[in-house]
Amino acid sequence: MKIGFSKSDEAFRQEVAGWLAAHLQGEFAQLRFRGGPGDEHSFPAERKAWERELASGGWVGVGWRAEDGGRGLSISQQVIFHEEYARAGGPGRMGHIGEGLVGPTLAAFGTPEQRQRLLPGILQGQAFWCQGYSEPGAGSDLANVQTRARLDASGERWLISGQKIWTSLAHEADWCFVLARTEPGSVGHQGLSFLLVPMDQANIRVQPIQQLTGTSEFNEVFFDQAETAANNLVGQPGEGWKIAMALLGFERGVSTLGQQMQFHNELEEVLRIARANGAARDPLLRQRLARAWSGLKVLRYNSLRMLSGPQDGSLAREAMIYKLAWSNWHVELGKLAMDVLGDAAEVLDSAPYGLSRLQSLFLFTRADTIYGGSNEIQRNVIAERALGMPREVKGR
Amino acid sequence: MEFAFTEEQLLIRDSAERFLAQASDSHAVRAGMSRAADYDPELWRQIGQELYWPALLVPEAYGGMGLGFVELAVLLEQCGRFLLGSPLFTTTCLATPALLLADNPALQARWLPAIASGQLHATLACPLEAAQLQAEVRPDGDGYRLDGCHTQVVDGAQADLLLIAARRPGSAGEHGISVFAVPTDTPGMVRTTLHTLDQTRRLARIELQQVPVSEAQRVSAIDQAWPLLQATQRIAAIGLAAEQLGGAQQALDLTLAYTAERHQFGRSVASFQAIKHRCADMMLHIECTRSAVWYAACVAREYLAEDGDPMVRGELLAAAATAKAHASETFFHCAAESIQLHGGVGFTWEYDPHLYFKRARASEQLLGNPAWHRECLATELLGACA
Repeated sequence: MKIGFSKSDEAFRQEVAGWLAAHLQGEFAQLRFRGGPGDEHSFPAERKAWERELASGGWVGVGWRAEDGGRGLSISQQVIFHEEYARAGGPGRMGHIGEGLVGPTLAAFGTPEQRQRLLPGILQGQAFWCQGYSEPGAGSDLANVQTRARLDASGERWLISGQKIWTSLAHEADWCFVLARTEPGSVGHQGLSFLLVPMDQANIRVQPIQQLTGTSEFNEVFFDQAETAANNLVGQPGEGWKIAMALLGFERGVSTLGQQMQFHNELEEVLRIARANGAARDPLLRQRLARAWSGLKVLRYNSLRMLSGPQDGSLAREAMIYKLAWSNWHVELGKLAMDVLGDAAEVLDSAPYGLSRLQSLFLFTRADTIYGGSNEIQRNVIAERALGMPREVKGR
Repeated sequence: MEFAFTEEQLLIRDSAERFLAQASDSHAVRAGMSRAADYDPELWRQIGQELYWPALLVPEAYGGMGLGFVELAVLLEQCGRFLLGSPLFTTTCLATPALLLADNPALQARWLPAIASGQLHATLACPLEAAQLQAEVRPDGDGYRLDGCHTQVVDGAQADLLLIAARRPGSAGEHGISVFAVPTDTPGMVRTTLHTLDQTRRLARIELQQVPVSEAQRVSAIDQAWPLLQATQRIAAIGLAAEQLGGAQQALDLTLAYTAERHQFGRSVASFQAIKHRCADMMLHIECTRSAVWYAACVAREYLAEDGDPMVRGELLAAAATAKAHASETFFHCAAESIQLHGGVGFTWEYDPHLYFKRARASEQLLGNPAWHRECLATELLGACA
């Protein structure tokens, strides 16, 4: 166990910082500090162009294995990349679902042909992805997926029908990975498959959901005999649940560092305001600000543990608590931001409902403790899978 | 950067676990609690002279094992898990770091080999904040005399050697503070064991009446000891946080075992979601604390090592504050939950949760409570309060 950065790490830091300073210029200057959680609807086209810019510098897939086209950076270098990205105000990543979730999943479960065909699009910042898991009747009870897929008579195409919901960036995505029931009559996590579906077809309709923020990061996605080629099935038919769960394990990998750097920038803004408006002299707010600061450090140390552990999608103890840890931390930061702002928190930037970054943070963080497995589901999973406590009784 | 244990560190953990599961089981802990004046001397002899735990941090040049603070933290986590009552904590986490940071080689050569041999119990007498330091040091002939009082010194009545902080009369704040290594058979010391809420750790009141000390006994440059004392206490807080982590984990493990076995309404108590969610939250806090403690132990390692990374050394305040605040709140929370989730038997003397609850409360206060550590952090982040 050893912390700290070597001389070559520090040289790498210079390289990253230099590249970002040189490239977050011109058309990209306006993207600094934009597009994070609660701001994902901003500048989509410009942020896609930024993904291509990043790719041209070789900064997509920095943690991927070299055989998959990645840079295979060490943990220290990945940490440095994300630190410098945040420091430079690099915008919220449009490509994070492809880079953080699809890439590792195809590396673990995909065929060589699938990797060859699909990974380059992610690495070049050309192909954007969204996640088709939740449905109106399959939220916390994700295994209750009702979206159906069947092979057509030729055996060359899957036909998919059903509805997905809470799909972020669906309207910007080229591809969706869909958890669908391929075994008619099956229930629960049996009979599900993991399909990759191109979004550009008439049989898919995307409908934005207006959230309590007034904005629409999330969507409903309707599949009406939507098509995908037979070679877009990942793993075997019926292995969908296993793959879907492993993918959630990758969500607790290196992508957590990027997320924390967004958090870091948010916290820095709250601290800056506290110093300026006198909140920094309030003993109770000082306690909460210090708690937020050390809490974020702990999230980072958690990530270092995860990155030093197995990278196969399996969940070690530190990974099992990760979602609960960050969502609780973030929701508290949102409230703290309002309390530091005081009266100023109540006044909008503009009509009709133009939220400031911190107002948006305050409202958007209420989603954090719900999506991706609500806190209550997280506690069930921890109790049952990490602590070995009895499983919940299922109703029928 | 590598944030996982080495094979050697895992071996240290496993062998400590095996030893303590027997040597410091509930029966042994309770036997130790009934010894008002000291710790089980046979257990200390085994720890010091057979297992060599006090030698762990001491450099090989002084007869020690020359390992780092991460190895010590691995050990301390197990000590906390089994509520070990022993001179180990004060000797390794207070006295040894202070001596390692000392700028008096003759003094180091005098005492570090004795610690490594497992035959010397040493501790530190120093308040958490410089402003609280009342004991005074006055020049007297070739040397000095110490007067005044240290009101709560961990293991103060049992130790063979005290590192005593004192200030020059008329000095204020962090200036004018010195620290001396004083064998406890020196005349002029009155040491009184206090009766404590947590019976697994000893506190003492130490009165100093014209205690003679010489220049050779100074640990740090005269009048300039505060940075050493502050760093020592931060390092000790990290060691204590490792103990607290072990205690919190054991409080959860006891609760899991009991709720699995206890049946009500025709099912195990562990099968109720109200219980499961509270246990899941305990694990959440424990794993966050584990990450904070491991990181802080790495920082303490760099701080004490001769080849330590200067960038990492600079993180000592923040790392200690983060680890100690998290560990204190986590241990207290888990111990309190373990009483509640044991139900009626959790309120009895016979079952163990109250032992952890009392240790949790005492450890929370020792070496800075969470609010104190967070205020230290706030001062760094936001400037002073006033």
